[in-house]
Amino acid sequence: MSDIKQVQEEIIDEFSILEGDRESTIFYIMELGNQLDEFPEEARLDENLIKGCQSKVWLTTEVKDQKIIFKADSNTDITKGLISLLIRVLSGRSPKEIIDEDLYFIEKIGMGNIIGSQRSNGLASMIKQMKLYAIAYQSKLNV
Amino acid sequence: MTLNIQHIREEFPVLDQEVNGKPLIYMDNAATTQKPKRVLEALSAYYTHDNSNIHRGAHTLADRATRSFEKTRTLIKEFINASEEEEIIFTKGTTEGINLVAATFGRKFIEPGDEIIISTLEHHSNIVPWQMLCEETGAKLKVIPINDKGELIMEEFDKLLSEKTKLVAVVHASNALGTINPVKKIIDKSHEVGAKVLIDGAQSSAHLAIDVQALDCDFFVMSAHKIYGPTGLGVLYGKREILEAMPPYQGGGEMIKEVTFEKTTYNEIPFKFEAGTPNIADVIAFQKALEFVKELGKENIRKHEEDLLHHAERQLKDIKGFIPVGTADKKVSVLSFLIKDMHPFDVGVMLDAAGIAVRTGHHCTQPLMNRFDIEGTVRASFSVYNTKEEVDKLCESVRKIAKLKNK
Repeated sequence: MSDIKQVQEEIIDEFSILEGDRESTIFYIMELGNQLDEFPEEARLDENLIKGCQSKVWLTTEVKDQKIIFKADSNTDITKGLISLLIRVLSGRSPKEIIDEDLYFIEKIGMGNIIGSQRSNGLASMIKQMKLYAIAYQSKLNV
Repeated sequence: MTLNIQHIREEFPVLDQEVNGKPLIYMDNAATTQKPKRVLEALSAYYTHDNSNIHRGAHTLADRATRSFEKTRTLIKEFINASEEEEIIFTKGTTEGINLVAATFGRKFIEPGDEIIISTLEHHSNIVPWQMLCEETGAKLKVIPINDKGELIMEEFDKLLSEKTKLVAVVHASNALGTINPVKKIIDKSHEVGAKVLIDGAQSSAHLAIDVQALDCDFFVMSAHKIYGPTGLGVLYGKREILEAMPPYQGGGEMIKEVTFEKTTYNEIPFKFEAGTPNIADVIAFQKALEFVKELGKENIRKHEEDLLHHAERQLKDIKGFIPVGTADKKVSVLSFLIKDMHPFDVGVMLDAAGIAVRTGHHCTQPLMNRFDIEGTVRASFSVYNTKEEVDKLCESVRKIAKLKNK
């Protein structure tokens, strides 16, 4: 698999085709949400909800071969699309990669302008939660 | 009279802009209306020429400001047809008006075992102050249910009314659904059992003719910013004898007649309820908004807005996946809806991307949303400056969005 930077560059390229047109960008993000892997119904628990999101976001993790696999879902399509981007970048990575990498693609594709301030906060909470999982797992490995 | 909408739009500079590369279509008027140029100019003119504290100064500026401030009171008296200026109290807005009544009338006249009736259509501002009052006094809150169209079930209201009812507080027009309530009937029936009635006119005052004497309501509250006026300003109307019987709200400034450390005597109404330096500039600028409405005529405004609503409803009803929420027979120009299998937030963001400003969410009416078992709606609310072409664009966008999930 290509490294985190490469995936970010791919995403930046994809979004550049949309030339900053907000309508097309949002439709595209929603489309990405539809492509997200099915989220198991039994994992839709309050304990898996991310705090700080206006819409509902569930996030679960599992570890395979020392890599963290993220699964997520939301009750809104745009948020689902945003999560799919985060999962594409961060899922299947080692904890160290997740902790260390700067997610510059979010700013590069102008996400703040596209999704507005409320959703930007939600996005930040999602990233924070994903990084926290990585930190927790990393410290477990080091014990 | 048919209104010249293009001419009216020229009074609203804010409308002449693009958002997200599209011409702005502002359809969040139930939240707040845009302000005509004359209101903006009046604000600036006050601070440029007249700025002064009112009612106390002996100098010319203070006198000019005082006169102009009190002129607004007179215009509001006419706007809602109160019988005298003293019945018009300036507040921060509808919410403060309701809280004032709860805090003063409530504490003095509500006792354990008394009942207060509200309705399922209320926004939080006309629920929470009464809940707080009930907790403090041991009174009970009763709620008038609604039917599936979003109309009050009046038979149920009749059953709730009794000698125990001390106050009925209902919204004139629902902010979330647009339903216009039969407030005259509610007032008359409530008076038969000796209850006082507060009408929340936040959504009705810009669209419907308001005559508090004909209605015979005991209190009427409204906000200036929903009637093309400034934010942070509202009006509480109350009948003289009730206001006089109520204790003051806050202490300080204008509400005082005489203070010694032993005892304070309070000013007469309306000043008894207007503690501190009021929102002078906005009160004065509000005159221009009232003048704007008067010039156009509420009947003409209502007719135009109703045309827009019907124009929208006709186009939307056949769209696959379009679900109207609130289909009362009598409505102000509020179009609340959902699109099947889509979250209202997503719809709102997509409309915004098309330059269309609407509100999404629960509209501060969570119990009402619970009644329909939904989280929220998308709400487009029309004002006098909206055009049929704008409504067409809204409908076109809704059609496009609905198609994503409803093929």
